[in-house]
Amino acid sequence: MSKTEERDLGDAGAQLSTAPTENPADQAIGGPTLSVVGWVRWFWRQLTSMRVALILLFMLSLGAIPGSLVPQNSVDELKVQAFKKQHDLLTPVYEKLQFFDVYSSVWFSAIYILLFVSLIGCIVPRSWQFVGQLRSRPPGAPKRLTRLPAYTTWRTETDPEQVREAALAILKKRRFRADAAGDAVAAEKGYLREAGNLVFHVSLIVMLVAFATGTLFKSEGGKLIVEGDGFSNTLIQYDDFKSGSLFDTDELVPFSFSLDSFTGTYAKDGPQRGTPRTYEAAVTWSMGDGPARKSVIEVNKPLEVDGTKVYLLSHGYAPVVTVRDGKGKVVSSGAVPLLPIDSNVTSTGAIKVMDGYRDKSGKKDQLGFQAFFVPTFAGAGHGDMFSQFPGLEYPVLALTGYHGSLGVDAGLPQNVYQLDTRKMEQFKDADGEILKQRLRPGETMKLPDGAGSITFENEVKEWASFQISQQPGNGWALAGAIAAITGLIGSLFIQRRRVWVRAVRGADGVTVVEMAGLGRAESAKLPEELAELAVTLNAQAPTAPEPVEVPAEGAEK
Amino acid sequence: MTLAAATNANLAEISNYLIYSSMAVYTLAFFAHIAEWTLGSRSKVARTAAALTAPDRQSPADAPKIQVQGGGTAVLEKPKVVTRSASGSRDVPDGPGAHGGTESGDLYGRIAVSLTALAFLIEAAGVTSRALSVQRAPWGNMYEFSTTFSTVVVGVYLALLLAKKNVRWAGLPLVTTVLLDLGIAVTWLYTESDQLVPALDSYWLWIHVSTAIFCGAVFYLGAVGTVLYLFRDSYEAKLARGGKPGRFATSVLERLPAAASLDKFSYRVNAAVFPLWTFTIIAGAIWAGDAWGRYWGWDAKEVWSFITWVAYAAYLHARATAGWKGRKAAYLALIAFACWLFNYYGVNMFVNSLHSYAGVE
Ligand code: HEM
Repeated sequence: MSKTEERDLGDAGAQLSTAPTENPADQAIGGPTLSVVGWVRWFWRQLTSMRVALILLFMLSLGAIPGSLVPQNSVDELKVQAFKKQHDLLTPVYEKLQFFDVYSSVWFSAIYILLFVSLIGCIVPRSWQFVGQLRSRPPGAPKRLTRLPAYTTWRTETDPEQVREAALAILKKRRFRADAAGDAVAAEKGYLREAGNLVFHVSLIVMLVAFATGTLFKSEGGKLIVEGDGFSNTLIQYDDFKSGSLFDTDELVPFSFSLDSFTGTYAKDGPQRGTPRTYEAAVTWSMGDGPARKSVIEVNKPLEVDGTKVYLLSHGYAPVVTVRDGKGKVVSSGAVPLLPIDSNVTSTGAIKVMDGYRDKSGKKDQLGFQAFFVPTFAGAGHGDMFSQFPGLEYPVLALTGYHGSLGVDAGLPQNVYQLDTRKMEQFKDADGEILKQRLRPGETMKLPDGAGSITFENEVKEWASFQISQQPGNGWALAGAIAAITGLIGSLFIQRRRVWVRAVRGADGVTVVEMAGLGRAESAKLPEELAELAVTLNAQAPTAPEPVEVPAEGAEK
Repeated sequence: MTLAAATNANLAEISNYLIYSSMAVYTLAFFAHIAEWTLGSRSKVARTAAALTAPDRQSPADAPKIQVQGGGTAVLEKPKVVTRSASGSRDVPDGPGAHGGTESGDLYGRIAVSLTALAFLIEAAGVTSRALSVQRAPWGNMYEFSTTFSTVVVGVYLALLLAKKNVRWAGLPLVTTVLLDLGIAVTWLYTESDQLVPALDSYWLWIHVSTAIFCGAVFYLGAVGTVLYLFRDSYEAKLARGGKPGRFATSVLERLPAAASLDKFSYRVNAAVFPLWTFTIIAGAIWAGDAWGRYWGWDAKEVWSFITWVAYAAYLHARATAGWKGRKAAYLALIAFACWLFNYYGVNMFVNSLHSYAGVE
């Protein structure tokens, strides 16, 4: 509603919403005459104005854009590294602008913090104002009801008092807050719109606080488990672990689980051959010393234990190999998890024999093998070691071996899937060529000069990797989200509107009834509603026969 | 097993035929709409100019339009409600519609609407058979998303017509863009029917995707209204200044609803679907929480949903902010819809995202 109209209507149109009104005086910068307090006040009024809220909202969406176009550290650090390598010129600029961490950058945080300060500064006075409106009476009828967006009038023989009483009763029955004042009845309905709007904005704050707590207190770690192995939820058991700055390790829920089996099925034919269909990890878990229970974790169905969730992230193969020394003594045996490098689960990894191995002459040595594994080999003579299908149909393990120092004692943390061959020597065959061999299950690769052997046993286990995460505040975030939607529905679908009924005795002694309605500019139903009310009231105050002359101006008092 | 596969392949083929047939019928509807616009333009109705330049327009309350509501004219004693547009907005009647008040125009218009309804039924059957062929909801890739999207757009439009809303003016732009959407779908986005990868197999996904498609369809209707509003508004402004718009502009814009009506239409449509869009994002977050172990990870698709949401929130704010109503708010609404479009096409095709399940390489 426009300013002129509001003035036109006096109080009647005021406060149909609690939105802060734009005061032209606020927009002019006061200049040097303003004191510090004056400046602060001016700044605060600016910040909590609708205009600035709008601009901040716009900036928030604009500010979110770079994060979707530039790789983000929080999403994929490897991609960020790759990007930096490719763009020598852009990188320093982007780093300055914090474009690799947009959502935790200073400028993005500034936008949303300002927005939420503005929001709080807006919500608090609006709530008071709203409570005030709830406690006061609907504003009295404006002088000229004809000026209102919907208007109707008729003449009746019924007494003005009776008409007003009837109007009051009808409006109250329709759940208007109605009140007779002077020669008119004033009524208002649809307060839930304002309530809904306030609930919505408060819920936004609840959600933000919930996210913030979640980020500060969360913990999240990864663990790779081979079929048959287990995990218990303590810090040292994680392969990698991240936590919020206020997280305390005592908060880790004491539970453990083991991976009984992993099952993956894939499309066997059709254009999407090889596309995964199901991934299922069957686990046995228990809480503390509690009883063991069985569950199946799927991609979309995490296991939830006392607020901690265990998600299935990825899977791969772990061929079972046995390494023997020159005398045939087993020095290492077990499933070796290998990491997939493509969607058909072509995998690579390392097999390391740290101790227990002695070479031909009885000297202590270490062995390392680089392993390449394909679950479905294309067939002999068919080129590369790349898998044709992610299922285990024709597994082949390709190996090449080293001996020397694995470098594990150097004190540096070492990637278990990579072989550091700097201090190792590659085995050569009798012709001096590099020793490498493709093994089918059950086959053995002999190391030269009686150095021993490595056997690909008749077994390939699967492994699955899990993300174990705990994030308090999720409940609050969800509650906030539900409240926000509920509030929004109230705010957008309910119309707040006012109806006035005036009944006065005209100069000729006949009562003139005038009804008018006022709503927000967007209300289409208002005339219809007014008509319905008028029809109902008209039944109790029937129209009088047409007068000889036009009603006197007094009727419009 | 093989038998089932064969029926599925059959169904997928039937679905393709149906989609192509619907395109043929939409094309006919397109020509019928064109006929409606061309034949209708012969009538001369300069109601807008008349309303804007009439001497009594300074005080519309003195010569109010009389709208009879509730009671109806038949019963004389019942009170009549007089409506008056809010001050500040022009008091302009809606245009007569594409047919321009002519009978032949109206006939072609009716034919166009009937053909659109027929095409809609065929397209809906095409989408349904696709769903049956893959034995899941048909929203697994961009081809399916696009066909469902245009079906829903037309469905919402027809539903509004059935509810006796004044939306026939949207017919030509809608049918044109639906043809464009289907053309893109069958040429560039086509993907063989197949099942889904496990990460997409969750009922939250279906809730999330179906509401996203619905919201997009309704936002699109709102955007069409907004664009026409901008044209009609400058037309009215020009007339009010005493200017004389060109003949083509006059012929087309004269027949559209008043700027105020178009503005109201877009606002209502956008506002009505905004809570559902909010819900869509939350449903997506819940699904992401189940699938990837985090509710919100600023993945490209999530970012753009968020941007779209904030942009629509800004639009709603603008409507309540003095100095931002009208054209400025309308530009915001278009920006917001552009964000939605980019999220749908742009992110799937250009941005690397966990959500890139487009099925197109
Ligand atoms: C966190 C960012 C914000 C978001 C996402 C947001 C969103 C919304 C939405 C969607 C509406 C539409 C509901 C309606 O029209 O009734 C709305 C209305 C409103 N917002 Fe916000 N808002 C935000 C911040 C603010 C701030 C900072 C203020 C105060 C300056 C504010 C004041 C209002 C008011 C007064 C309305 C009601 C307008 C009316 O009566 O039509 N909002 N907001």
